[in-house]
This record gives sequence, structure tokens and C-alpha cells, in this order.
Amino acid sequence: MTTETTRGKYNVIGTRPIRHDGFDKVTGRAIYGADIKLPGLLQGAVLRSPHAHARIKSIDTSDAKAVTGVHAVITSADFPGAQDALVDLGEGAVNFRYASNNMMAGDKVLYKGQPVAAVAAVDKNTALEAAALIKIDYELLTPVTDLMEALKPGAPIVLDDLEGQDLGEKIDGPTNQANHIRHEFGDIDRGFAEADLVIEREFTTSMVHQGYIEPHNATASWDEEGRVTIWTSTQGSFPTRRQVAGILQLSDSSVKVIPLEIGGGFGGKIPTYLEPVAAILSRESGRPVKLLMERSSVFEATGPTPGSWMTAKVGVKNDGTITAADTDIRFEAGAYPGSPVGAAMMCVFSCYDIPNTRIDGYDVVVNRPKTAAYRAPGTTQAAFAFETVIDEICQELGMDPIEFRLKNAAKEGTRRADGPIHPLIGNVETLEAAKASDHWNTPLEKSGPNGVLRGRGIASGYWFNIGLKSAVTIAVNEDGTVALTEGSTDIGGSRASIAMMAAEVLGIPVEDVRPHVADTEGIGYTDVTGGSRTTYATGYASHDAAQDVVSQLRERAATLWDVDVDEIEFASGNYQSKSDPELRLTHKELSSKLGSTGGPVVGSASVDPEGAGGAFSTQIADVEIDPETGKTDVIRYTIVQDVGTAIHPSYVEGQMQGAVVQGIGWALNEEYFMNDDGAMVNTSFLDYRMPTTYDLPEIETIIVEVPNPGHPFGVRGVGEVPIVPPVATIANAIHDALGVRLRQSPMNPGRIMSALEDKG
Amino acid sequence: MVEKVRVRATLNGEPVDFLVAPYVSLLDTLRDELGLTGTKEGCNDGNCGACTVNLDGRVVDSCCVLGAEIDGSTVETIEGMAEPGQLHPLQQSFLEEAALQCGICTPGFLMSAKALLDKEPHPSEERIRFWLAGNLCRCTGYDKIVKAVQKVAK
Amino acid sequence: MHPFKYVRATSVDEAIAALAKHGERARPLAGGTDALIMARAGRWELDALVDIKHIPETNILELGSSEFRLGAAVPCYRVYEDEQISAVFPGLVDSASIIGGIQIQSRAGLGGNLCNASPSGDGICSLIVHNTTCVIAGPGGTREVAVEDFCTGPGRSVIGDGEFLVEMKMPTPQKGFGAAYQRFTPRNEMDIAVAGVASSVQLDGDTIVSARVALSAVGPTPILSSAGDQLAGKEATAENISAAAQTASGDASPITDMRGTAEQRTHLVGVLARRTLERAVERARENN
Ligand SMILES: Cc1cc2nc3c(=O)[nH]c(=O)nc-3n(C[C@H](O)[C@H](O)[C@H](O)COP(=O)(O)OP(=O)(O)OC[C@H]3O[C@@H](n4cnc5c(N)ncnc54)[C@H](O)[C@@H]3O)c2cc1C
Ligand code: FES
Ligand code: FES
Repeated sequence: MTTETTRGKYNVIGTRPIRHDGFDKVTGRAIYGADIKLPGLLQGAVLRSPHAHARIKSIDTSDAKAVTGVHAVITSADFPGAQDALVDLGEGAVNFRYASNNMMAGDKVLYKGQPVAAVAAVDKNTALEAAALIKIDYELLTPVTDLMEALKPGAPIVLDDLEGQDLGEKIDGPTNQANHIRHEFGDIDRGFAEADLVIEREFTTSMVHQGYIEPHNATASWDEEGRVTIWTSTQGSFPTRRQVAGILQLSDSSVKVIPLEIGGGFGGKIPTYLEPVAAILSRESGRPVKLLMERSSVFEATGPTPGSWMTAKVGVKNDGTITAADTDIRFEAGAYPGSPVGAAMMCVFSCYDIPNTRIDGYDVVVNRPKTAAYRAPGTTQAAFAFETVIDEICQELGMDPIEFRLKNAAKEGTRRADGPIHPLIGNVETLEAAKASDHWNTPLEKSGPNGVLRGRGIASGYWFNIGLKSAVTIAVNEDGTVALTEGSTDIGGSRASIAMMAAEVLGIPVEDVRPHVADTEGIGYTDVTGGSRTTYATGYASHDAAQDVVSQLRERAATLWDVDVDEIEFASGNYQSKSDPELRLTHKELSSKLGSTGGPVVGSASVDPEGAGGAFSTQIADVEIDPETGKTDVIRYTIVQDVGTAIHPSYVEGQMQGAVVQGIGWALNEEYFMNDDGAMVNTSFLDYRMPTTYDLPEIETIIVEVPNPGHPFGVRGVGEVPIVPPVATIANAIHDALGVRLRQSPMNPGRIMSALEDKG
Repeated sequence: MVEKVRVRATLNGEPVDFLVAPYVSLLDTLRDELGLTGTKEGCNDGNCGACTVNLDGRVVDSCCVLGAEIDGSTVETIEGMAEPGQLHPLQQSFLEEAALQCGICTPGFLMSAKALLDKEPHPSEERIRFWLAGNLCRCTGYDKIVKAVQKVAK
Repeated sequence: MHPFKYVRATSVDEAIAALAKHGERARPLAGGTDALIMARAGRWELDALVDIKHIPETNILELGSSEFRLGAAVPCYRVYEDEQISAVFPGLVDSASIIGGIQIQSRAGLGGNLCNASPSGDGICSLIVHNTTCVIAGPGGTREVAVEDFCTGPGRSVIGDGEFLVEMKMPTPQKGFGAAYQRFTPRNEMDIAVAGVASSVQLDGDTIVSARVALSAVGPTPILSSAGDQLAGKEATAENISAAAQTASGDASPITDMRGTAEQRTHLVGVLARRTLERAVERARENN
């Protein structure tokens, strides 16, 4: 369903213009990271550990170095040895020492696929062949890839020097428990004592990958002055600069990051993997070096989102009032600490108003790749647990799941279980829209041809969204067009939305705004494209920079007419004198007079806004299951979401649909399938089984707009919350179809068959 | 060292004559030897369709073809899809329908969709979804891609 | 990847000579959708790939009244886009139209699928239930092998050094013949079989004169099940088909791996055997 949004309040916002960068992208002209060409460019290859856990006893690179055409061979010995320093990258923090080891192992490898050496050569195949000649002597250690195993006493220790924490206390001795934190509110015991019904369940989910189609890439050139230039596909050029500088022990200003077009990220292209390696290869060879990651390494050695073990316990009164909720969320951090368990804890109960809560969270290191952000990090897992138990409660109470959610809904002023008070939010509005949807009101035939069974599920989700720093400049051309420069790399059409906000303020057509993503020397510091912050914060900066242009243009008009600037009024793109209606110029006309009124006008703004508004989504799925094979097809899907204000509704819908489909893949088939040696075995798209277009129905979208008071146009982030409910939604639909609850994801055909068998 | 082989082919309507190492894929040949980087790599093993090109009238994954294999053949890539100054209706439709987000899959989808519509101008939604199953997109959820193709197919 | 040469053979003899010259370090190249992936993944170390798809004999696609000749390099699309062939061989089309997606089917053929000798190959079982004979050329001349004897292990076949598959021959289905192939995959396309079954029946009225049932992805090679023999001489009833499906299930000897568990696969064989036999009977009846 396409709803026209924002109800005529704006001229540009809410329309669906063609994105500015679109022409280059449909013709193949757009330059992505892998497309860069430089004079003298060498190609690199990374040698990776075949073992999940081993000590490196020795590395012999002499044969590789001797190969004709090889210009450099490096190992961790060529890295400067970054020190412990925790830096926040917007969606997750990074410790430089760990990050450095993660991209080039030191004395120990912690997961299969971890880099151990790298080669630069005249061409890709020479580099690969040479890398294969590097001899490494490994002492094999027992891997531990299961998080509950890793927590047991006597488990193999992943990080020898890890200082574990438990509720603020340092853990004595070696451990895989990086952290255990807790949020408590109210009186949890009393809450459960007051309940008429208490349900507690256990859940597990498998590690899954963002699955962006473009593999990681990096090209680096280290010059004679010791300055490093990086060309890459990244979600944030400044955070990449920070990481590269931190790992290479350089000042930020000696690293320049030139962001090229990026082929998807979803959080996974915030951390760097190849950039520092390419830089050192360039330093050693004296030539620019390009590294392209193979798909199998993208799976094995970049950051997926954690697998989990969780419990969820909910107490309710017979009238449906939730009295207490308790959850224990344990996440695989991967080889280094830093799972998104904290974010999961912030979101897990946040659709509800619950008087008594307790949330435990564990961050556990295991011999798997270090996890990274993936759309609303950690929250899909938590919602799977909690929303499934909610569904069971509704079923036990015989209550309609939307009425139940409305009865307990978090609203403006409700305290989130981790402390903050919800500002104006659109939770109730989203639920009401779901209730009124065509999907919810169309009965589902429970059985179909050839014995298939059908079911409908519903679930809700919350994501807090973030603000952080953005800078924008807007230069006015004499023909009235403007050049907008921003630092947010554009993964999904954000240039257009940012330009639309400037056009709205300036009162000009969006086609007259030419947006441009600058490198780290062309714009002020800008945080990652992630956390659903780009349209919010960079859009905020765009609004403010455009306001700056307006105020400068008012001054120009005042100069022109020789009146006081207070005399100049600005409305709908027109500058006019308050007292003399004859004195009136359009933006375009005034722009043509810049040369004679003092030269160019450049507006700028930098922001670090606090008012990122939380977002809610409720989703409805119909599934059809073949009970003889366990094959599950999603036959209808509707997503309802509060987006604040939909700047470019098509791209808002696109975010919603894309996230839902990722969630469907997560629910049904995607997983890291590990063997006993601790290796992921399904490292290709063939066996990782992301949905294709032939696996899916139309994804219906219902946009709800409850403007965010913390943004000049009411924007809330839209990119993350849509992935929160899908796994739970599908689990609930499967239950409705089969009468069995699956509490382990993926809910693949094998698991569905076993569940049916257990049911008998 | 294995010697390079000489290849003569027709690429986007123009004759080409070049040398390429025999083990190099058509994908890398296009991108690295012939300078056409519009064809993308997503997996290098036939599973994503980002590298889709048209070879002698059929869409293929160029990562699953050797550059040397195209000797005597006709190859079309995304760079040859638009007429000068005039997008192909599918390209226009992809823009209007917002059928791309990051855009890395777009050249492959356009090549596949064009091959379908050249063969069957009015495919059903089911047929479009079947035909495009060899192209992965992780950003859009496919909805707007299917609609963009349907719009041209009408 | 070990650098290899590309040899384009234009005759059977040229191909044999090129293959024989490099022995184990040469492989035939048909559509390349397996071969190039294997070479790139370092599973093979080759000195030469010998392209056999520019040889007239490997491109034969000839439907005669008693025999169908299918060249070893004929890509899948040529099978299912030929209206006559797809009318007569719907079972073969079941296979040809699910190998990979459209792009893969432009290159990949049933010949390459067979020679790849993967237990999960979607074409092999269909070839088996169509009583296919393989024509193999080599330094010692030409020989014929029944397709059910072709695969000898995962990725291994009867093809020796210097040899290659030229074409496959199968009887043209007569009145009362029907065949079908189905596999189980979690995705609808672009997936590898968790289990697959091809079935064929020759009916005379309601009596099954002969039948073949072959199983994929449930053993080291595709398996010709005894279920077919069990049906010979019986009526094509639901009970008999179910009993045969049971037998097929028993003939499976699957392993547990990332694509499915042994238990799940055994179960799936039973389901798919029943469904493909029913479909084959349906097609046989339509073909009367
Ligand atoms: C993305 C993708 C999806 C796939 N999906 C499927 C699927 O769904 N089902 C399935 O069964 N397979 C699938 N495959 C595997 C592959 O496409 C098929 O096995 C295909 O039929 C192989 O045919 P080809 O012509 O490409 O063979 P090639 O790759 O050219 O050859 C395959 C093997 O046979 C040998 N060979 C080829 N021709 C001859 C000959 N004439 N004589 C002797 N040896 C020969 C080669 O040396 C090689 O070992 C898929 C592959 C990819 C990349
Ligand atoms: S790169 Fe060729 S199919 Fe993915
Ligand atoms: S638009 Fe990003 S993969 Fe399709």
C-alpha cells in the first residue's frame, strides 16, 4: 500500500523525486570501492587461518617473497602494535588493540578466516599463489564456538588476557565472560507474585550475517610524507579514518579517507578489516595496493550479528495487565568482546509499560568472528524471545494480540526498563494502524491445497535510534542551484533525502540541489551511516545549513535594497521587503546577484542532536507450511511503522521492505552452520540461503507519521526497527499454522519437522 | 607463466581485440582488462547475479565464464544498455520506482530483466520473480524491483 | 588458483588429444558452472581446461521417433525451450529448469551435471529414470555406459584420463510413459537438493509395466532404488505407490550435513518418491 504522507504540509518533503545519484547507478557508471583504478596499482591477497583456535608458532614468508611479481609480504610484525583504547563508532565501540589483532592475528588465531599474512603483487592471481606459499606452524587449540559451552568452568579460553566483569566486579582468573550487566526496576518478585499467569521460556538463535552483496574492499596509498590515502566502501569515512589512524598509530589528520559508492552495509561496514592491511602493504611496496575480500571471507571473517541464548519470563493478570517481566540475554561477542547485548537490553521491553522488570545481559567471547552491528543490533534476537512469550500469553488468556499490546502499550512518559522516559512516540498509533489494516481484517483460510497449513502471526518491536555528529555545507551557485556537501556515505538514497530537506528550507526544487558526499578533507566530522541516524542528523545539519544560506541571502537582499536585514522576509523561496511589496526576489533571482553583493554564499552547519526519536513497528505475517516437508512460504506480509516524517516515502518503504526480508531470511533459513572443528561450513550464498525474489510475496507497507519533536521536520530513523519484529512474527505465524512453538532460529524445515514429530 | 590468449569479440556493439590470461573470468576481463566496471562482483561463484551480462543473446553470470571463452561471441553489459542520452525504459523505471538502494545489484537485475522482456514482453509477477531468482538483492526486499519490471512489462 | 591453459577443441579427436596430453591435470569444460568454481576454489590443480562445447557432436539435440540424442554440452535452456522436446520429456524438463537460475541454465547442461557426479546433481536421476546410455570417447575409441553405472563416488565417474562424454542417448518415450523429478530445497530456486527423487513409469492401462525410481543427495552417488522393480506388474494405485515410496526411503543412505539431517532426508525421499510417482503416473495417463 502506498500512502501519500505528510498530508500536504510540505512542498518537497513527502514527494518521490528521482535520486540524484540514480543515473550513474542504473548505467554502471557509479564508482564503487572495487572499481577504483590508480597508476601502478598492485593487487593484494590475505592469507587466513584455516583453524578456529590455534597458537602461531612461526611464520615463514620467504618462499612468497621470492615469487616474481610479489612486492610485499606482511604479517602482524609489520603492524605498529596498537594499544588498548576504546573508541565509540556510533554503533558499537572498538578497542584498537583487539581491532588490530582482528585484522592481522598476533600470536594466536581466534577464529577460522582470521588474517595471518598478506601479499601485494602485480596481479590478483600472483598474490593469491604467493600467499599460498607462506608456511605457518600452528599449535592447535580446542575451539569453543557455543556460548553456553564457553561459559562453563574449564571451557577453552579464547582471549588469554580478557578481564571479565560480572555485575561491576572483576572476575578472577581466565574467563570467556567479557561482561554481565543488569537493569532492575520495581520489585520483580512482587510483580510475579501479583500475576495470575506466568510463562517462562528459553530461546536460542544462530549467528547470522548482514549479507550485503558487495564484499569489503580497500585501496591504500602510503606516500613519502607518511600520509595515507584510503579509497573504500564504508559506512563512515571519519570512523574509518579514526580506526585506520588508531591501528597504524598515526594522527587522524595524516589519514585521508575517500569514500566510494558502497554496496550495502547494514552495520557491517562500520568496522575496518582491509584498510590498515592495504596501507601497510602500500608502505612496504611503495605502490598503491587494492584488496578485495572473497565472499567466503566476508562470512568467515567480518562481523555478523551474534547467536544467542535467552530466557523470557512474563507475568500477567487475568485482565491482561503485565505485572512483571524478566529476561536473561546472552550473546556471542565473537572472538573479541563487544556484542550488542546492551542495545538488546535497552529495547527488549520497550514496547510495553511494565512496572517490575529485570534484564540480565551477558557478552561472551567464542571462537567465531567478532560480531558487528546489524540493523537494530541485538534487538531482533531479544524480540524473538519476548514477543513469542507475549503471543503465548495472549493465547492463554484468549486475548487479541493487538488489544493486549494496546492495553500494555508504552506511551509518552512511560519509563523504559533501562531508565529513560519515552518522549512522544508512535507505538499506539502503529498498533491502531495494524488493527485497521486490510491484512489484519482479511480472514486467513487455515488450510490450502495439497494439505498445506496456514497461520498468521503478529509481533512488535522498538529501536531507540541515535543522533551523533554530522556536518553539511551548501554553496549557492549563481544560477540558483546549490551544491550540498555532506559526509554521510549514501547506502540507500540518503543523498536524495538530505537534498530534499535543504530544498524544502530554501524553497527550491529538489533537482536544483546537487548533493555530494565528500572525503574526510572536504567536510567536517560526520559519524557513520548507521543507527538510523543519517536522515535524522545529517538531515538536521542540512536543514540548519539551508537556514544559514537563507539568513545570508536575506543579508544580500538587504544590501541590494539598502534596507535593514530585519526588513527582509523569507517565505516559500521568496525574499521580500516587509514594507515595500515591490521589493521581491526569488531564490534564483537573488542568487544571480551574488557576485555584486559580496561574492559566494556558503551556508554550513554541524550538529550533534539529542532528540533522536524512538521508532516502533508492528508486523503481520501469513505463512503456508507443507507439513510433510516442513517447507514454509511467507504468503502475505505487512509492516506498519512509525517513521516520524517520511521524507522520501519510496526510500522509507524500501528500508521497511528490505529489513523485513532480511528478517524473513533470519527466521527461516539463515545461519552460521558450524562443524566440530569450529569452522563455518556454509560460506557461500548458495548454502547461506538468503531469500531470493522467488521466495517472497509483496511486502505491504503502512507508514505511520508521528513527527519526532526532536527534529525540525519530525524525522525518526527508519532503517533499523523494521528488522526487530520479523523473526517473532514468523514464529507466531508458524505456531498459528501448526500448533507448535519453535524457540530456536532459524525455523528451518528440519526443525519444523522435528517439532511436528515431538508434538505427535 | 601461462601465455595470454588473443580474444576477438563484439562488446556492446563494438569490435574488441585483446589479450587475456586464460584462467581469468569474463567478469575480471571486463572489469580489469576492458575497463568496464559496471558489471559487479558479489560472490564470484554464480550465486548472486551481480555480474550478469548478456552473452550471445543469453544472460550469464560472467564470473562463471572465462574471458577466453568469448572469442567470436557478442557480449552486452550494463554500459551498453542505454542509448546515448536516453535511458532504457527499465533503467528509467528502476529510478522512478526506487528499485535500487545501494545499487550494487542493479546492473545485474537490469541485464536479467531486459533479457526477460526482450523474450517475453508481458510476463506475470510469478514469472518475473522466477526469472530474477538468480539475482540477489539484500537492500530492497525485491518488492520495488518487481514493480519496476512490471511497470515496463505492462 | 593454479594458472591453467584454455584449449578450445573443435573436434572429438582434438579434445581427446588435448585431454590425453595433460592426463589428470586436464579437465573438460562444458558450461563451466561447476568446473570454474572448482578450479577457483583450489579444489583442482589444473594445467588445462579443454572446452568441449565447440564440437558438433556435443551439441547434438535430436529427437527421433525411437531415440533422443542429447549432446554433452547442450545447455539446459535448449532442452526446455524446445517445445517438442519439453512435450515429450517433461521429467527431463523438471530437472533442466531447476539447475541454478536463468543465468546458470544458459551455460550449465545435463552433461556437465552428470560428469560433475555430485550426489545432489538434479539432472542425474532424471537421466537414470529415462534409461540413458552415455557415449564416451577416448584414446581407445568410443564406449557406452549405462547412466546408472556412470557415477562411482562423490565427484568421481567412470571417465578416465583422455576420455570425455560426447552425448547421451535415451529411448523416446512411447505411449503410456511418464516421468517426473522433484527435489526438496528450503529456497524455491538457487538451492541444492536436500533430497531429490526422479520416477518414471510405463503404463499399460492401469498396470505398471515397468518403473524406475532414482534418488539424489542421499548417498555417495545417485541411487537407483529397488522401488521401481517392486512396482513392475502392479496396478498404479495409491497403496502400491505408497509402498514403493517406503522402499525408496529404505534405499536411501544419507548423511547429516549443513543441508539436512540423515533422518530428514530419509523421510523426504519417501515423500518425494510418492509425489514423483503420482506425477509420473499422471503424465503417463496424459500420454495415452
Ligand atoms: C549458482 C549455481 C547454482 C547451481 N545450482 C544447481 C542445482 O540447482 N542443481 C544442480 O544439480 N547443480 C547446480 N549447480 C551445479 C552446476 O551448475 C551443474 O552441475 C551443471 O549442470 C554443470 O554443468 P556445466 O555444463 O556447467 O558443467 P561444467 O562445469 O563445465 O563441468 C562439470 C564437471 O564435469 C566435467 N565435464 C564437463 N563436461 C564433460 C564431458 N563432456 N565429459 C567429461 N567430463 C565433463 C568437468 O570437467 C567438471 O568436472 C549450480 C551451480 C552454480 C554455480
Ligand atoms: S559475482 Fe557472479 S554470480 Fe555473484
Ligand atoms: S540495492 Fe543493494 S543489493 Fe540491491
